[in-house]
Amino acid sequence: MPKRTGAQIIWECLVHEGVQTVFGYPGGAILPAYDAMLDYPVRHVLVRHEQGATHMADGYARAGGGVGVAIATSGPGATNMVTGIATAMMDSSPIVCITGQVPSKLIGYDAFQETDITGITVPITKHNYLITRVEDIMPAIKEAFFLAKSGRPGPVLVDITKDAQAASIDWQWDPSPVKMRGYRPERPVTPRDLDKAMALIRESKRPVILAGQGVIQSGAMRELIEFAERIDSPIAMTLLGLGGVPASHRLNLGMMGMHGEAWVNHAIQEADLLMAFGMRFDDRVTGNTKTYAPTAKKIHVDIDASEINKNIVVDAPIEADLRETLKDLLEVIDRADHAPWIAYIDSMKGHAAVRDIQKLPDSGHLYAAHVINDIWRITEGKAVVVTDVGQHQMWEAQYYHHETPRSLITSGGLGTMGFALPAAIGAKMARPDAEVWAIVGDGGFQMTQAELTTAAQEGVKINIAIINNGYLGMVRQWQEFFYERRYAATPLRSPDFVKIAEAHGLEGFRVDTRGEVLDVVQRARRADGTVLIDFRVEQEDSVYPMVPAGADLDAMIRRPEPSVLAETGADQI
Amino acid sequence: MHHTLIALVEDKPGVLNRISSLFRRRNFNIESLTVGRTAERGVSRMTIVIDSDQASAERVTAYLYKLVNVLQVEDLGNVPAVARDLALVKVTVAGHDRAALLRVVDETRAHIVDTGEQTMTLEITGEPPHVDAVIARLEPLGIIEMVRTGRVAMRRGDTALSAAKYS
Repeated sequence: MPKRTGAQIIWECLVHEGVQTVFGYPGGAILPAYDAMLDYPVRHVLVRHEQGATHMADGYARAGGGVGVAIATSGPGATNMVTGIATAMMDSSPIVCITGQVPSKLIGYDAFQETDITGITVPITKHNYLITRVEDIMPAIKEAFFLAKSGRPGPVLVDITKDAQAASIDWQWDPSPVKMRGYRPERPVTPRDLDKAMALIRESKRPVILAGQGVIQSGAMRELIEFAERIDSPIAMTLLGLGGVPASHRLNLGMMGMHGEAWVNHAIQEADLLMAFGMRFDDRVTGNTKTYAPTAKKIHVDIDASEINKNIVVDAPIEADLRETLKDLLEVIDRADHAPWIAYIDSMKGHAAVRDIQKLPDSGHLYAAHVINDIWRITEGKAVVVTDVGQHQMWEAQYYHHETPRSLITSGGLGTMGFALPAAIGAKMARPDAEVWAIVGDGGFQMTQAELTTAAQEGVKINIAIINNGYLGMVRQWQEFFYERRYAATPLRSPDFVKIAEAHGLEGFRVDTRGEVLDVVQRARRADGTVLIDFRVEQEDSVYPMVPAGADLDAMIRRPEPSVLAETGADQI
Repeated sequence: MHHTLIALVEDKPGVLNRISSLFRRRNFNIESLTVGRTAERGVSRMTIVIDSDQASAERVTAYLYKLVNVLQVEDLGNVPAVARDLALVKVTVAGHDRAALLRVVDETRAHIVDTGEQTMTLEITGEPPHVDAVIARLEPLGIIEMVRTGRVAMRRGDTALSAAKYS
């Protein structure tokens, strides 16, 4: 057996796990690993802040469907990862974070750059490891990858002391599959659970499927569509579920929840059966849980048993993989016809909407909704869009219609501002052939703006659309609606973003009117390098409809009727 | 309502922290928690008492199973179980009737495990309400130090909780 240092074993393991790209930042306690890196065929992306590394790994994982890897040193390097790890945890994104730790003899002595990162990340990782012995490195990394991607995916952190990295042992790769005593991710569907669900489906006259990210993560897209078509059930999407069912599919109603389509929320409230597939009844989705879908029986399929009966008590729980469950259901379920129910929902679209985008007042200003709708049309809905958090995120969900899974990457659960730019860089590296757009607010962009340098240094080509309204827009909207327009700390002065781009040797454009959108977007798409577009949009626009936090799902705030309609009133929606 | 949960966990560093962190993170209050070895190698047993309703106890059970080091969880809330608590109580004997104290000892199956010049230390073992009752009787006599183990419990009958299938 050849001799290997712990540092070499880290890279051997990563290569065996199929890792081609890692995102990281070196430092004292991780130096042995960085030294060994040069001998292995792995691309290292030098980030400007470790938070960026975790978001890049996250975007890489979500876009590509594999596991993303982030590396940092001990102490501040590790603590800077916390936001990215929590983001990945809330959105069930499979990432593995490797951190250096001070030598094992110094643990507990408040050594330079010592921090208890395993203690800190216990609540925000699926699992974590503190490794102090070289022989424990391979088992920990193998388990980390297995845990990250199996069952309900999530982040795993492996903290490795500097002495464990430096020590050597006789070593070879152990190809045997991981076995863990207390971890059994595979959950068979039980016939009894299935029968219960089947009976409810057969009785239903007004069914709605609630499709979450679990559809994408279990690879159940085809099965879901076949199932929905078979039982003729409309499908409502969560934010993270978008793309799991093509937006153009006749049964896809669109997004539910706080900023969901009015007809979707009404359909949920009037349904007699909800089939929740790989979603977790988040408070942004349910509104007031006491009045949520009061007439509906509920089926809940989730791989994570702790999600069952957590937010909403259900009638037929199935703790199993969604794809396997749907396959089993398709074996036995009968064809059904719910034409009257679907026609009823269609009729609500008529009076409930005439989509928001067509009702914007003609003030001569540029509207975010128009910008995003235009980007959708120009990219033919085929781009991978990575969004940040706030108004632009909701407008994107409303106006960019996703046809394929993994084409929308966004921080849903944690709502992490600063996510978009680094996650877009990661997404592009996972899918170099895809057209990647980061759509981001002026506030969120400035939180991780430093990663623009990373994009420039790495020669990564993404397109950045800053939806610049001069406010922390979503907070401003809440202040407008719920705090008597007292705009505390939301007006935001930004640097000249075009000059920022130019300072990085990148192209930047500023767009003030709708007439310029097409040309500039096309120029950005044609450019070889990363392009930044500063869209100066209407400052005090709001996202409609809106269910106030904790209100009944059908108690939506609607856009006030404008006195003059925009001349773009015939926009395709 | 009290719920007694048994968790068989891997005997590894940091496991107790993961468990206690889970209860804190999910906003459950631990009333008592005891940890000890089991007859199986590498397996520890935790007895956790929380104040919660049945639905919350089920939630906690599901969260416990999500922890990689947790092998088996049993909720003793709905099954007949034997429960024991142990207390050591140091009572002052200065300035009052020693006989009163000995009477309590005699009537409550408490054991005298140590005597000093001014104090007597008693061991009380039994169902937690029994231990509560004895302590209540000792209080007027002057308790100057006390420790309780917290509840340990086991299901009655032939059914045994084991982590053997997780070896």
